Amino acid sequence: MEALLAQDPMLPRRYRVKRVWKELGDVASLELEPIDGEPVPFQPGQFNMLYAFGVGEVAISISGDPADGSGLVHTIRNVGAVSAALTKVSDGDVIGVRGPFGTAWPVAQETGRNIVFVAGGLGLAPLRPAIYHVLQNRAHYSGLTLIYGARSPDDLLYAEEIKSWKSRFDTEVEITVDHAAPGWTGQVGVVTIGLDKALAGIDKAEVSAFLCGPEIMMRFSVMSLTAAGVPEERIWVSMERNMKCAVGFCGHCQFGPDFICRDGPVFRHDQVSRLISKKEV
Amino acid sequence: MTARTGGSFILDDPAPLVDALRADGWRVIGPREGDGAIVYDEIETAADLPRGFVDEQDGGHYRLRESGNDRWFDYVVGPQNWKKWLFPARQKLWSATRTADGFDIDPEKVEFPKTALFGTRACEIAAIEIQDRVFDNGDFADAGYRHRRENTLIVAVQCARSAPTCFCSSMNTGPRAEAGFDIALTELEDGGFFVECGSDRGAEILDRIDATAADAAAEEAAQAVTEQAAQMQMRSMPENIAGLLKDSLDHPRWAEVADRCLSCANCTLACPTCFCSDVEDVNDLSGDHTERWRVWDSCFSLDFSYIHGGAVRRSTLSRYRQWMTHKLSSWHDQFDTSGCVGCGRCITWCPVGIDITEEAAAFAAEPAEPADAGGLET
Repeated sequence: MEALLAQDPMLPRRYRVKRVWKELGDVASLELEPIDGEPVPFQPGQFNMLYAFGVGEVAISISGDPADGSGLVHTIRNVGAVSAALTKVSDGDVIGVRGPFGTAWPVAQETGRNIVFVAGGLGLAPLRPAIYHVLQNRAHYSGLTLIYGARSPDDLLYAEEIKSWKSRFDTEVEITVDHAAPGWTGQVGVVTIGLDKALAGIDKAEVSAFLCGPEIMMRFSVMSLTAAGVPEERIWVSMERNMKCAVGFCGHCQFGPDFICRDGPVFRHDQVSRLISKKEV
Repeated sequence: MTARTGGSFILDDPAPLVDALRADGWRVIGPREGDGAIVYDEIETAADLPRGFVDEQDGGHYRLRESGNDRWFDYVVGPQNWKKWLFPARQKLWSATRTADGFDIDPEKVEFPKTALFGTRACEIAAIEIQDRVFDNGDFADAGYRHRRENTLIVAVQCARSAPTCFCSSMNTGPRAEAGFDIALTELEDGGFFVECGSDRGAEILDRIDATAADAAAEEAAQAVTEQAAQMQMRSMPENIAGLLKDSLDHPRWAEVADRCLSCANCTLACPTCFCSDVEDVNDLSGDHTERWRVWDSCFSLDFSYIHGGAVRRSTLSRYRQWMTHKLSSWHDQFDTSGCVGCGRCITWCPVGIDITEEAAAFAAEPAEPADAGGLET
């Protein structure tokens, strides 16, 4: 932490957009490389504060591969002024980056376990670095399942990549959509349907689950997981709140006793279970 | 270390001390009368101090009036607090200029001249020490805040009276400051000041003054002054409030207080420990130059909890609950101390007179049942 204390945590570093590509209608991914100095290593689940010149800053999870040091990838949905500016950058543009911040998915500690990822919507992006880690070290895990829910077939993020994961014999993928479209032959409904299906054949005590998505999706998924017998201390969730500083100064991301920027965003579920069932915390 | 560190002395009035500080190059910020209230601004001589004034305070009520005597420090705390100086309401963080292939960032250098906070009360020292923990949290340190604190000298005034809104005794933060000051003054009952020297820096200032050593009787008289202030306190905080609030998120009292709360954010601005901030990006007309500013923010504003799709804390209930549970309960988890120092500002400056001690007492009087239905259960 000495290094962090030495620099001004509110000062961005400049990164060049190496490549930008469209993921979905309103979602783009950016691959970044620092203009000055070396890229900073990150852990799966951590996030950066991305700055668009003259517009502002927003917290975005890192969605790329932590083992690949060549570029830093973020996946951004255009939902406001800053995310709009960030999704509209071109190759070669410069943006500001502070980070990485926050806690990580403890996938590396969960070797030997049957790993279940539960993602809702863009929640797949913060999970992807952890998925990469398990895929690359697949022999160290007894199972790998991804349950992914999106609003519609057109909203499925990383669809081609998911297909390639699904085609592996050592990976289970369950996809559900809230609303089907013509030609959709898959599951329709909430994520928990896919979750119950995926859990049916596996030893629940062996499961370590990592969840990211809307709070209500995570709440019901946790209920399904624990009802099926997955130990609560083997369930992790990633929380989201407004963030202005990412270093514990601005107060915006408080969730009861925790600052989501420093104590999270990844929490073991029993750390936040007292408050996650409360409205407007 | 000079001979005076840790010693105590007698002064007739504070004038030589203000002069000595200024002669030693210290900017002196102290209480002044401004807009009918005590405000903290630069003072040049002791004549700038609001001598002969006293305040009337109660829930939603403040008046500064002439006391009819010539005592120096009979008023207590006003609407402002020292964070105005140590954690300014607006701070430029950095600026950036567009270039041919991107932009350059210029860090902002914080320049804070050596500054004496003159007339700091015990509760305010406690508040400063709390913000010290907030802005150096072990992982990250706010360099600007640290720089200001390093250039700060604290001249405390021990309170001779309490306002009806004061409850520092129950927060163990006052009315007597035992530490955390460089110099402390107690205005004695029969005139004159008992001066305590708390640090080497304080001693260097006192070396410039012709002050006689205090005797045991003067020390006793000084103790009596703050004891009298403690005895005047009418409000108190229930001792177990931190734990109580943890189990009270669905307590019906929240809806009751939310009916009165205007969500105006006055309490958070007046509070000496509230530290929340926002950032603003300010562009010039060319669009080529931009500045990033950090500004005070409040958990009472709707935007505070905005994430795509809307604010998380939409109701006043949830915002009051966030403020009070943070201040009195989760602050302990975060910083190992209460976030409340018992200064009473949030009571006085609440336009509808919501009293945090009264609200706390309501939770203490009727601890929540596990199945309470009055709150926001999902």
